[in-house]
Amino acid sequence: MVVSILHRATGNALAFAGGILFTWWLVAAATSATAYDIFYHLVVAAEPGDGVGQVTNILARIVGVGLTWSFLQHLFSGLRHFVLDTGAGYELRTNRRWAILTIVGSVLLTLLLWGAIFFARH
Amino acid sequence: MGTGTGIGRVRGLGSARHGARPWWHQRMTAAGNLLLITWFFASLLLLPGYDYQTVVGWLSSPWVATALIVMTLNVFWHLRLGVQVMIEDYVHREGSRFAAIVALNFYCAGAAALAVFSILKIAFGGVQG
Repeated sequence: MVVSILHRATGNALAFAGGILFTWWLVAAATSATAYDIFYHLVVAAEPGDGVGQVTNILARIVGVGLTWSFLQHLFSGLRHFVLDTGAGYELRTNRRWAILTIVGSVLLTLLLWGAIFFARH
Repeated sequence: MGTGTGIGRVRGLGSARHGARPWWHQRMTAAGNLLLITWFFASLLLLPGYDYQTVVGWLSSPWVATALIVMTLNVFWHLRLGVQVMIEDYVHREGSRFAAIVALNFYCAGAAALAVFSILKIAFGGVQG
């Protein structure tokens, strides 16, 4: 139940937040170096002394972690749906175990990925 | 609707009257996304930085541009089907449902076209730094 709701919620987050960010990034890169720098300073790394940029950088990291987790959760519950589509895994205990494992897997892999990013850049 | 074979009886059914085809496309694009988005994330992680020169240089490779265009079409097709199912499940008034589905289609077509055009523009070298 929870995993099914999460599948829809994360799908929506990816569809709109992910889709818009992705498109903005590409359009900025195709427009000009100046347009791309606006994206870069707001999302990736603000210039020193740019207070607004510092704040949006932190927000972008939060959105980034959120979208990473959403993607992984959606991926794992999607794989679970593939298995359920074959007609397997409907026994209550098995069903519950795999549902819980999708959440454990997505959270662990998100932490691992962002941990790796953090240590690689510091 | 046919009355003879099993497939003839179910073709064109479902809440959107499109039968099982969107369901099947949802699964196919899901499998495609699994490969393409994993490639995209891994490539982004391996880039030395995300500044203009690095990103545009990466995007101008024919391999990268092609894979990214395929990914863009696959992603927007997948999310269009997925969000449409949600609209059909939760938006019950006929008019609102119609409006929501039209808006969704505009979003998907618009964003996908913008993204693909941008990739092509970069890949064809039309960007002046």
